[in-house]
Amino acid sequence: MSSTVRVELPANLCLLAGVHYGVDISLDGPVTQRTILDTLETAYPMLRGTIRDYTTQQRRAFIRFFACEQDLSHAAPDDSVPDAVAQGREPFLIIGAIAGG
Amino acid sequence: MSRVRVLVGTRKGAFILSSDGKRKDWSVAGPHFAGWEIYHLKGSPVDPNRIYASQTSGWFGQVMQRSDDGGATWNPIGNQFVYDGVPGTHQWYDGTAHPWEFKRVWHIEPSLICPDTLYAGAEDAALFHSTDGGVSWQELSGLRKHGTGPAWQPGAGGMCLHSILLDPGNPERIFIAISAAGAFRTDDGGKTWKPINRGLHSKYIPDPTAAVGHCVHHIAMHPSRPGTLFMQKHWDVMRSDDAGENWTRISGNLPTDFGFVIDVHAHEPETLYVVPIKSDSEHFPIDGQLRVYRSRGGGNEWESLTKGLPQSNCYVNVLRDAMAVDSLDSCGVYFGTTGGQVYVSPDAGDTWQAIVHDLPAVLSIEVQTLP
Repeated sequence: MSSTVRVELPANLCLLAGVHYGVDISLDGPVTQRTILDTLETAYPMLRGTIRDYTTQQRRAFIRFFACEQDLSHAAPDDSVPDAVAQGREPFLIIGAIAGG
Repeated sequence: MSRVRVLVGTRKGAFILSSDGKRKDWSVAGPHFAGWEIYHLKGSPVDPNRIYASQTSGWFGQVMQRSDDGGATWNPIGNQFVYDGVPGTHQWYDGTAHPWEFKRVWHIEPSLICPDTLYAGAEDAALFHSTDGGVSWQELSGLRKHGTGPAWQPGAGGMCLHSILLDPGNPERIFIAISAAGAFRTDDGGKTWKPINRGLHSKYIPDPTAAVGHCVHHIAMHPSRPGTLFMQKHWDVMRSDDAGENWTRISGNLPTDFGFVIDVHAHEPETLYVVPIKSDSEHFPIDGQLRVYRSRGGGNEWESLTKGLPQSNCYVNVLRDAMAVDSLDSCGVYFGTTGGQVYVSPDAGDTWQAIVHDLPAVLSIEVQTLP
């Protein structure tokens, strides 16, 4: 089954990827954090290493994943994201964590 | 007429300042990579339109950029910096063993002979090498693994490899410096390395004359005399006339010999520039007076250069990679401050003017002299 997911990016990554605010990506199969990020990085290879560590694939420390008013940052990368995200009704938000005053 | 292009890395982007050989009227382009920390930009000596940039962020990690048109447009290149083998540990601030972790690229050094070959100095300290224009990177791990690595420790700014000097007469010889480990040299293209810190004295480490552990802030060389090195250490300005085997103190009459930058006149290998900073706890000029000091005799005797620089209420710092010289007939000297000013002296330091006043804090300055 094919899904279109809206991914919204922080401003610094929009600048790097050359996009405005966010992107729509198409996925086949399960919609999880991992498949969303894999698809995003395939379409925008300049984002590799900026959201997840290159080697460990762990989320970078000051990156957060939000959707449907939930913090998904600590969810397992292969867990399904909420249906509303997989169905394109709600965006998957990649956020630069608040740090500093 | 020749012209100059000044590459400025700041806390919030990169700027390119351009002028003709008079260096009086300037155009300012940027910010490039707005919002990102740009630790360093440097152009290839072989192809000046090839410029590399280190773009980094505490949130988003390391990105490398390359321009092939003199900085007008940029493209991301490889940003995968992986330590060779098991990284091991170095000393942490509290003396415990801490695993090596890649954080950012502090300094880029393009090859003197090939535009696709370049070096990158990283935090945690390591030297990386690319031979494909920055698409892929390999660590020259002989440096980190030569034996003293577990004794290295971070300075206040992190454990960074910040200086890379390529010997113009010997492609196998490279000098690097790490804060806080010291200076090192390879004579076989990076396979093996040796510490070159004899003569350094650092009272802030348990053994002030130890082989490693010194907080070297910057090293410089004149290309016509690659065996002579100059060093601004945490405290002390030093020189070596035997490729780093032995160092002697040349602070002489400087009002303080703490500082970060040091550079050499383009045409006079014994003319040096430093910017004395009050102390390790007060990172600003003495008495609020921004003064460059010049020695025309290779050190010890220094003169204060103040004309055109603020002489009251100035409390900026000049960071380690934020000074450079051009190679026009009348050597231009440039430096940038944490207050966002970039100053130029078109007459080797006699007079100064601010090119820009209000950039973000300046991290690095490089100059390209163009036909």
